[in-house]
Amino acid sequence: MTTVAVKPATMAQALTRAMRDAMAADPAVHVMGEDVGTLGGVFRVTDGLAAEFGEDRCTDTPLAEAGILGAAVGMAMYGLRPVVEMQFDAFAYPAFEQLVSHVSRMRNRTRGRMPLPITVRVPYGGGIGGVEHHSDSSEAYYMATPGLHVVTPATVADAYGLLRQAIASDDPVVFLEPKRLYWSKDTWNADHPTEVEPIGRAVVRRPGTSATLITYGPSLPVCMEAAEAARAEGWDLEVVDLRSLVPFDDETVCASVRRTGRAVVVHESTGFGGPGGEIAARITERCFHHLEAPVLRVAGFDLPYPPPMLERHHLPGVDRVLDAVARLQWEAEN
Amino acid sequence: MTVMEQQGAYRPSPPPAWQPRTDPAPLLPDAEPHRVLGTGAAADADPDLLRRLYAQVVRGRRYNTQATALTKQGRLAVYPSSTGQEASEVAAALALEERDWLFPSYRDTLAVVARGVDPVETLTLLRGDWHTGYDPHTHRVAPLSTPLATQLPHAVGLAHAARLKGDDVVALAMVGDGGTSEGDFHEALNFAAVWQAPVVFLVQNNGFAISVPLAKQTAAPSLAHKAVGYGMPGRLVDGNDAVAVHEVLSEAVRRARAGGGPTLVEAVTYRVEAHTNADDATRYREDDEVEAWRRHDPVQLLERELTARGLLDEEAIDAVRQDAEAMAADLRERMNQDPRLDPMDLFDHVYAEPTAQLREQRALLGTELAAEQDDQEGDPR
Ligand SMILES: Cc1ncc(C[n+]2csc(CCOP(=O)(O)OP(=O)(O)O)c2C)c(N)n1
Repeated sequence: MTTVAVKPATMAQALTRAMRDAMAADPAVHVMGEDVGTLGGVFRVTDGLAAEFGEDRCTDTPLAEAGILGAAVGMAMYGLRPVVEMQFDAFAYPAFEQLVSHVSRMRNRTRGRMPLPITVRVPYGGGIGGVEHHSDSSEAYYMATPGLHVVTPATVADAYGLLRQAIASDDPVVFLEPKRLYWSKDTWNADHPTEVEPIGRAVVRRPGTSATLITYGPSLPVCMEAAEAARAEGWDLEVVDLRSLVPFDDETVCASVRRTGRAVVVHESTGFGGPGGEIAARITERCFHHLEAPVLRVAGFDLPYPPPMLERHHLPGVDRVLDAVARLQWEAEN
Repeated sequence: MTVMEQQGAYRPSPPPAWQPRTDPAPLLPDAEPHRVLGTGAAADADPDLLRRLYAQVVRGRRYNTQATALTKQGRLAVYPSSTGQEASEVAAALALEERDWLFPSYRDTLAVVARGVDPVETLTLLRGDWHTGYDPHTHRVAPLSTPLATQLPHAVGLAHAARLKGDDVVALAMVGDGGTSEGDFHEALNFAAVWQAPVVFLVQNNGFAISVPLAKQTAAPSLAHKAVGYGMPGRLVDGNDAVAVHEVLSEAVRRARAGGGPTLVEAVTYRVEAHTNADDATRYREDDEVEAWRRHDPVQLLERELTARGLLDEEAIDAVRQDAEAMAADLRERMNQDPRLDPMDLFDHVYAEPTAQLREQRALLGTELAAEQDDQEGDPR
């Protein structure tokens, strides 16, 4: 038996290490954004990169998101692999023009001749008491833009593995970092850090038989906790962590739902027009005859993200997930 | 020297009929930041104005220290202190007439308060009980804007609309040095100049955008230089000199009101405290630099002038301090009360008429809250 170095690390540390290893392995990898250099990013996720690789490889840019991403397009055209940091979810919006009009469609526009290997790191989501414009879940906008991969880790191992894969990807990846999990600690196999499923695969985090909770990013811990609590009610819940919203892993999701016959999609983002609608539709299309209840969604309310003092009422918590599960049972019995 | 004479300046070869719209020379900013305090010009400053500025600057300083203390006590989610920048904050508010509008950024709480907004209502964004605590119409102050520079085009639009309606209203829009790099800054300036909108842009250049120094933000000789390319005058002023800022802003406001179009004012100042309480400024700057700026303190500068001119004695200083103390005590007391929040408010202002979906979600939250209430009441403790 081989021993592996399994030690605790935070998600933020794993992300830093992923960028560091990617930069060491490939001189084309450049990190840039606001405050990513001397300060190491406002969440310290780029800490030490400028010191180790120099300011040309880890660059404090002027404060202009459209400029940052637009420049990244040009850099990628010339063979570099830019990894750009958007400081907070809602501050990525000025860069939407570049993302939607160019980043997402350059490959397609040029009939495959000019792919753009750009990673756009976006700390996203709520639950950290941030003031206005610091807690948005914008994944639905990204998902609705063909040409982008949309990835979001929920574990320390995935933070490292998925970010390495995103940087290595020849297509643009919107890499959504659940900021409230930045400081979550996990034991992590530092000797084999890349050994995670590839982008595009969902993972069953907890096997179960009564119903499937389908979730990702910041809502994974909520669903794991709900699954634990559900045992008291006699429900054995399976939890699927999507990890990647685009591409979407129909196979893993449907295999699970076919086994359990019931599904609840859980995310922080708004429900109306949100990711859950797409997921529920896909499940219904593929698993209709296996379903014993309609696919339910537990999502944030359809509001601009509320002020921090009220966010706990907005964010889907364990109780709201369990209530949905209860409704599944009821639907199934009638 | 005009812009055209500058070495290496781009000189198009225009068609014969082409005429430059203006001589760019008058648009160029002051070579050195304009100063009044500590110069001969100070003697001409209106004593009343000096006293008003002083009282407001002292209040501003006190507000900053009080709000910072409230952050440490967990009463505010975050506070971006403007200690060191009080002069330009206060002068901004005092340069406006009542009918004018202010478009502040998140750091500009002092300007908002000096405009007459309740200090507690000003802080709701940063406390986190609601995004904007005040009614923008009451004092004609737009919501504190967090996404940088995004409020600038709004100021242009409002000023333009006022002029279309025949009102002589001016909009003053505030932005930091970092914010001048955003596309919205450029678009706003360009619109304002093309429309000759009655807007004044005040850039508070406090040296840093979080950790990024000005040298990494712009290659321009000054931020005020940016005005020239759009066709509006740029002014450079010592941002710690309340009288100078007031003078330059008032001039720009007068000019805008008279139909002379927009002005860009750069106030050179310094952010003495960290970006916010969550920031560690020692990672990106030296204490010496901070100390040097502490010695160029806006409160001290005014106090020295007033005292030298015999406009201020111990008693008067005391009165001003007491007034600031009273404001701080009131702020402290009211901020130490838990805000009364009704979670159901979440649904009230998403649309004029809530959608069917929101009504459903409202009912769901109502049920949850009732259950919470029952739990609490049933709790034997
Ligand atoms: C569009 C946008 N991008 C990023 C941020 C995050 N952010 C908040 S303050 C700040 C620095 C702002 O610097 P500056 O404009 O100089 O104003 P100051 O804070 O110094 O007053 C940054 C990057 C933001 N609020 N909005």
